[in-house]
Amino acid sequence: MSELTTNDLQFSYADRTIFERVSMHLKPGEMLALLGANGAGKTTLLKTLARQLKPTSGEIFLDTKPLSQLSRRGLAQQLAMMPQHENRDASLSVYDVVSLGRTPHCGWLMPLSKKDRAIIEDALNSTGLNELRNRNINEVSGGEWRRMILARAIAQDASVLLLDEPTAGLDLKYQYECLERVQTLTHDRKLVTVLTLHDLNQAAMFGDRLALLANRELIAIGPPSQVLTTDLIRQAFSIDVAVMEHPMHGTPLVVPCNPSKNRNLNSLSRPK
Amino acid sequence: MKRELVILLVAFALMLMLAVASLAIGAVTIPIFDVMDWMANGKKSVLSGAHQTILWELRLPRILTACFVGSALAVAGVGFQGLFRNVLADPYIIGASSGAALGATLVVVAGVKLSLAGLGASVIGPMVGSIAVVLVVFIVGSVGRHASALTLLLSGIAISSMTNAIVSLLMFLNDQKAIVILSWLMGSLAGSDWSVVVVSSLAAMLGIVMLWGLSRQMDAFMLGDVASQSLGLSLVQFRMLMIVGASLLTASAVGAAGIIGFVGLIAPHIARLLIGSRHGWLIPMSGCVGAIILIAGDAIARTVVAPAELPVGIVTALLGCPFFLSLLLSSKTSGRI
Repeated sequence: MSELTTNDLQFSYADRTIFERVSMHLKPGEMLALLGANGAGKTTLLKTLARQLKPTSGEIFLDTKPLSQLSRRGLAQQLAMMPQHENRDASLSVYDVVSLGRTPHCGWLMPLSKKDRAIIEDALNSTGLNELRNRNINEVSGGEWRRMILARAIAQDASVLLLDEPTAGLDLKYQYECLERVQTLTHDRKLVTVLTLHDLNQAAMFGDRLALLANRELIAIGPPSQVLTTDLIRQAFSIDVAVMEHPMHGTPLVVPCNPSKNRNLNSLSRPK
Repeated sequence: MKRELVILLVAFALMLMLAVASLAIGAVTIPIFDVMDWMANGKKSVLSGAHQTILWELRLPRILTACFVGSALAVAGVGFQGLFRNVLADPYIIGASSGAALGATLVVVAGVKLSLAGLGASVIGPMVGSIAVVLVVFIVGSVGRHASALTLLLSGIAISSMTNAIVSLLMFLNDQKAIVILSWLMGSLAGSDWSVVVVSSLAAMLGIVMLWGLSRQMDAFMLGDVASQSLGLSLVQFRMLMIVGASLLTASAVGAAGIIGFVGLIAPHIARLLIGSRHGWLIPMSGCVGAIILIAGDAIARTVVAPAELPVGIVTALLGCPFFLSLLLSSKTSGRI
């Protein structure tokens, strides 16, 4: 179990700042959904958290240890990233890819130990991939691919999970199935999970807290009902929305409004 | 027993049998049972002294060199194909061959008679040239940022072109020595002796163990930069180790036998078709396949026009290609690729 803290984080390319003054603190068992318009810097922030990009200023801490002081291998033992795209041409089986999750834990030239194999089996079982274990990875569907990468992250046995648009390219059923799985893992195993999402309603339903990136800053971070307001969404996405209460879950439900239709937005209620 | 282990053991056994069989053939044919008797009993065997000299002084070092050079080229091919995520990569992709050619040309043109640890200038020159050019490519490719695959490839192509131009210029200016350089460029195992065996075997072993130790990381690297970094790979360190290991293998091979094409490109593909893409199996399997191709190629090269010899690179390409294509087609029809 680890806590993830960012302290006044900034990332800039040579000529432009992507984000600045990003400070947040995440506790074990917490799932944070990063929201923002295209180009707001969600993926860049996620990559900075994974130390794939070096922050221009500020620091990231795993518990009290600065991320920059960890070796790449030491970092991978504690933090797993699920990228948006991976090379699918490699001729490996599902089992091979999931077993790669043990890479940061294995010594040079050392074969997988009994413990490693047990962890891999657990990862395959908890993602329902047992039947697909011998299938070549270029023969699996988009949903199965996401599950496989999630299984690899589980096999990595990390306490922090970073997921870049885990539902991209999935149909509705698999989107919810994927998020439910991530939520269960996060809560059951007391992980810290940060994921980027485009669907605000899914974020409201699955995120313990949401963080909204706009104008190069984190303009809001907190429970869904505090972040998903008409004003903040207008500020972040330049669109008018109605926010109501989900009839079944009680979470905020965001409904975009077509500006060409003459509707009175003020008459729509806010969730209680 | 695991399927991969069985395939690897069969390939290893085939390599050993081929090596023993090729001891028997050449300009002078020695019965295979006499060869086996000599291997078991040494000087007390039924073989005549002349035959024993042929086996000990000529054929055994030559076949062992073929074995280590073939393995080294094949494993270097696996390394570069993995490093560049490109199935067309071969051991010479970042300038090792042009560097070796320049080293050999300079030795021939300048008439250097240097000798080090029993190795002649014709072995040391290509080795040094090969390592020097790869080093220059790596330094140029890394300027300003870490060495990305693309910058390495581009600087490799540019520097190779320049080095090849210098080789051509030197051949043009020294036309009476051009034939010596040209025959070296075609690759041959004729100059193998025990000092070459010792050096090529040590370098090949070191390089193969180094790359084999990185096999899990190479598997992860196949999935892309982001995925492999997330799995704990330091890309800069990984690329550097891969280049050092694969270049060491290439340099040892060009030093021992000149430039032999085809083996480093095709042996990894044959091994991949037989045993799959996981580098833990692919590396030893490629080593066996590379050794088999070169031992067989050399046996043919020194027998078909005996007592003269064909350049072994020509034989391996002429006979290996149809074999590879038939394997490729059968895998395609069976749906394995």
